[in-house]
Amino acid sequence: MNFTGKVREQLVRALPPEELLPDEQPAYVHSYVYLFGILTLASFVMLILSGIVLALFGPQWWHISATGHFFNSVHFWSVQAFFFFMVLHLWAQFFMGAWRDGRGLTWVSGAITFVVSIATAFTGYLSQQNFDAQWIAVQGKDAMNAIGIGAFFNLLNFGQMYSFHIFLLPLLVAMLITLHVLQVRWRGVVKPYPLPDEEQGVMEARAKSVGVEPPAEEGES
Amino acid sequence: MLNHPALYLHFWIILISLPNLIVIGLMVLVFILALILPFPRKHVSQGGER
Amino acid sequence: MKITKQDYYRGVRMAPYDLVKEALIAFAVVLVLVVVFAAVFSSPDEPPLTIRQVAQQTPLTFLNVALGDLDGSGDIASYGPPYNNGTGSVQYLGPISLQEAAGVHIPINTAQDFVLDPLKQLAKIDPRVAVELSAFQAASAAQQSQWETAYGNALAKATAQGSNVMVPAGNYGPVGPLMAALLQMGQSGGLDGFLLTSTHFYQTDYTKPLLFIQGDPLHEKAQALNLLGTQWGMMNETGSWPGQAWLWLYTFWYQIPPYSTSPNGDAYVWVTMAVLTLLLILVPYIPGLNRLPRYLGVYKLIWRDYYRERQTVLRQKGSAR
Repeated sequence: MNFTGKVREQLVRALPPEELLPDEQPAYVHSYVYLFGILTLASFVMLILSGIVLALFGPQWWHISATGHFFNSVHFWSVQAFFFFMVLHLWAQFFMGAWRDGRGLTWVSGAITFVVSIATAFTGYLSQQNFDAQWIAVQGKDAMNAIGIGAFFNLLNFGQMYSFHIFLLPLLVAMLITLHVLQVRWRGVVKPYPLPDEEQGVMEARAKSVGVEPPAEEGES
Repeated sequence: MLNHPALYLHFWIILISLPNLIVIGLMVLVFILALILPFPRKHVSQGGER
Repeated sequence: MKITKQDYYRGVRMAPYDLVKEALIAFAVVLVLVVVFAAVFSSPDEPPLTIRQVAQQTPLTFLNVALGDLDGSGDIASYGPPYNNGTGSVQYLGPISLQEAAGVHIPINTAQDFVLDPLKQLAKIDPRVAVELSAFQAASAAQQSQWETAYGNALAKATAQGSNVMVPAGNYGPVGPLMAALLQMGQSGGLDGFLLTSTHFYQTDYTKPLLFIQGDPLHEKAQALNLLGTQWGMMNETGSWPGQAWLWLYTFWYQIPPYSTSPNGDAYVWVTMAVLTLLLILVPYIPGLNRLPRYLGVYKLIWRDYYRERQTVLRQKGSAR
């Protein structure tokens, strides 16, 4: 078999179609908090769609056209929705200890997506070409300069900030979200914390499945 | 339309605009509601049992 | 510990779940929410501040900025890297300055770029400016400095009426007329254009015009809009729109010492936030922190249906023995 075949085999083994798009979930996935992730993703889609419209007509359009201003408003409120749901999603995953059972990287990719999203929003505010953009640029420049990156990431350079905002960073966010969601599909949804009664039983079962001695005290794996 | 200066609230060193406070308040409210509202039980409409 | 999903879910009761329908519903909900909010509340668009506005509405501010650029006392004139080799705004982390290390990569000489070059342009069409400019450039540095200081003292006593400025009479040499000429250029809008496109036809880099107004001109307008750093400004939006609530922790540090009082405040905030961000990213691997959810117990609400079911099953098993 050639490389293509091997890659395909590995991918299909890791994520067969019925795992990529399952039509069932564990019964413990039974709370509204599980919806915050998809609501965040939906907000991201709205950002991309409204962003595409804004990009179609150029950065000046929304200042001089009522339709343009409306799409800017859609984009503005999509940002609010995006962070609103993303933070709720973060809170939910935190309270569920969702990194357990080998899901550390899922949390890591999510947290990194959060940080990159903030940077994306930042370049967006800098691309507005209005007073707010001027202010954020001249204030923010001191922080960038203080850590030595002010010349390479020049907040006062509209062209650079706009390029980061409409292309480079959304691409990065989209890739990170994809990685994040694929990890959830790959590993499944984390189980609830065990009840005290069944705690020891769970530890023993887990230990047996990987052939190690069960740990002496309760711990996160 | 929101094109007028915002109301600002000042507690201790915290100075927050009313709109921001509303957003944060809504976040907490929605989160609490998501925690406590009962999630509807789905009926198995079509397709076989597994 | 490599457990496959099949192993992980073994023995777990599954329930039908329609991911695609859920995604479509989520999308519809967000679409409606966002479109309604956009239609009802619109979005902010505070017009940008132009140099022309500064020159026309606050001519004294304009002149003070221009003089600071000329005599080297201004914020940008003395800033430091990446603009020049000044030390006025250079920040340190202990003995190290990343700012110094990075060096000067956006060279700005405020006297040349913001005052003399625009005046040279003006001199091409106004012979009086040409005469004053020659006189200024022919003079010694000490003489120039003397004129600048005298003019600066006079500006402190100057008054403005609308866009007109009355500077007390005195001996400022060519500096007086040159400043007046620059003010006129500012008021005509010519300085906005000159600072942006004097060296390129196409331009998307607003570094020069923004650095010209970055001090008092923008600060005065920002203060009126509650956007100053000391006002938690980073979180705020113009008007009554919500701002960036997610920046709360980043902007919090600026409200307390040493961040609020040290000249290295920005650098300290960066380091603090870098550490905290790293902690957030690495929560799963930090002992204690990664067990916090267990102790907080909010999960009991989230999985209460599952736990109720499990209790029933366990009780049945218990009674069956």
